[in-house]
Amino acid sequence: MSASVLFDAPGPKARTRHLILTVIGALLALAGLWVVIGKMRQAGQLEPALWEPFVTDKSVWVDYLLVGLWNTIKAALLSVVFAGLFGLLLGMGRLSENKWIRWPAGAVVEFFRAVPVLIMMIFLFFGYFAKAETLPADWRPLFAVVIALTLYNGSVIAELVRSGVHSLPKGQGEAGLSIGLTPQQTLRAIQLPQALTAMLPALIGQFVVVLKDTALGVQITYPELLTWAKTLGSSYGNTVPAYLVAALLFILLNYAMTKLATWVERRLKRRGTTAGKVTNAMPTIVQGGAEPGGPAAAGTRAVVAGAEETIESAIESAKERRNDPGW
Amino acid sequence: MGELLKNYDVWGAIWTTIQLAVLSAIGATVIGTIVAIMRVSPVAVLRGLGTSYVNIFRNTPLTVLLVMSVLGLAFILGLSFSDDFARNAYWWAVAMLSLYHAAFICEALRSGINTVPAGQAEAARSIGLTFSQSLSQVLLPQAFRGAVAPLVSTYIALIKNTTVAAVIGVTDIAGLLQEITENEGAQLGIFFMVAMVFVVLTLPLGVFGTSLSRRLAVKR
Repeated sequence: MSASVLFDAPGPKARTRHLILTVIGALLALAGLWVVIGKMRQAGQLEPALWEPFVTDKSVWVDYLLVGLWNTIKAALLSVVFAGLFGLLLGMGRLSENKWIRWPAGAVVEFFRAVPVLIMMIFLFFGYFAKAETLPADWRPLFAVVIALTLYNGSVIAELVRSGVHSLPKGQGEAGLSIGLTPQQTLRAIQLPQALTAMLPALIGQFVVVLKDTALGVQITYPELLTWAKTLGSSYGNTVPAYLVAALLFILLNYAMTKLATWVERRLKRRGTTAGKVTNAMPTIVQGGAEPGGPAAAGTRAVVAGAEETIESAIESAKERRNDPGW
Repeated sequence: MGELLKNYDVWGAIWTTIQLAVLSAIGATVIGTIVAIMRVSPVAVLRGLGTSYVNIFRNTPLTVLLVMSVLGLAFILGLSFSDDFARNAYWWAVAMLSLYHAAFICEALRSGINTVPAGQAEAARSIGLTFSQSLSQVLLPQAFRGAVAPLVSTYIALIKNTTVAAVIGVTDIAGLLQEITENEGAQLGIFFMVAMVFVVLTLPLGVFGTSLSRRLAVKR
């Protein structure tokens, strides 16, 4: 723990100081809570009538929040599946020895990583899908959301694949080549399976990013959780409670996924089925509602390592490839 | 495309995006540092507060925070920065971008601290440095070096996340793109121009950050 690096075991004076700080901290927290509750009461937001529907009225959940939650999860699942495939292809492309494959793949990855997801969503939806007569009306925003998220997260996953393969010990690739596999076979049969296993926690972490980013769909009329919370707020007249409950659902869902990522990471480390570094390292050039750093609660040092890897610009990765012996 | 751009305030939108990015970066750094200090402090209550802050803000979508701020906090609770609707949205965007990214700044700083092996502190104390000497001469310099890379990525993410402000009606570059696309149909040229703005804003930062973190890296 960081505390043990920075601080000595407390002596009597330090213990008194800590006690004072504890009291001050607790008082500050209580004061903050008091202000928030006071403000809410003043605005009449603590009226039981506004909160009761969440317990008594089944319709709040069945007709509003759960519908939104399902749409959020649906968009996130579709995006993560497509992003996984797209990212795997791009990542393999970036690892190819053929420069006519490697460079375009690199350009695509760097481009889509640099453009904010919302920009892509807005452009895809208002530019194309809003007017796409051939599609059913309720599919149009879904398409825009899923495509934008796939392009962005696919590029991030491509970087994960690349750094995952690079983090394997050199001997893995060399062993594959020395038993007579072609470079492609080595990549597919030896390096990728290990790299993907090592990436698993980071992939789950990416799912959290995707889940959060689906909320951007509110801007292009995709009926996800936030949109439904808004609707709920206007039909029951409890805007603030509706948003708070929606935020709570997001927090619980994402927190659970983060915990799952940590658990998988710990399990993989214990089992040792990959020669790669198992990291929870999150891709760092992140956007939309997305986050840099990711579930840093686990293995913070690994996060740093991962950050250095993924922060690399096109130039840096090109340099790295030159340093690579290349098979 | 040139004709088209004359009808829209492109520079104004780019300027708004830059303003949002700079102001929220400052806000996030200040709040994030405070939260990071709380999270590494030896006082359990402060640590708990810091941890809950990070878990709450990191797991809530930025979009939810922004929408909630304008529709919930400003309209219903009457917490407004300004009577002017656009100004109010602008300052709420700055506030929420700061609060949201502060959680990541905190984690970046904390991960920097975690790169320092415990042996460094023990060595510093064993050669007779006092607590504050070991902190200022040995531990923090290494911690800041370790935090450079994640900090830079957080700032890059922040620049791109300013687009979310368009959701609450701030006329930044994402808002402009939406306006143009709705009025004039899909303009690939405009899309690439907007994309280039972000490449121009983030690429130098990324290159600078990478070289800085390479140069400052502590050999272990």
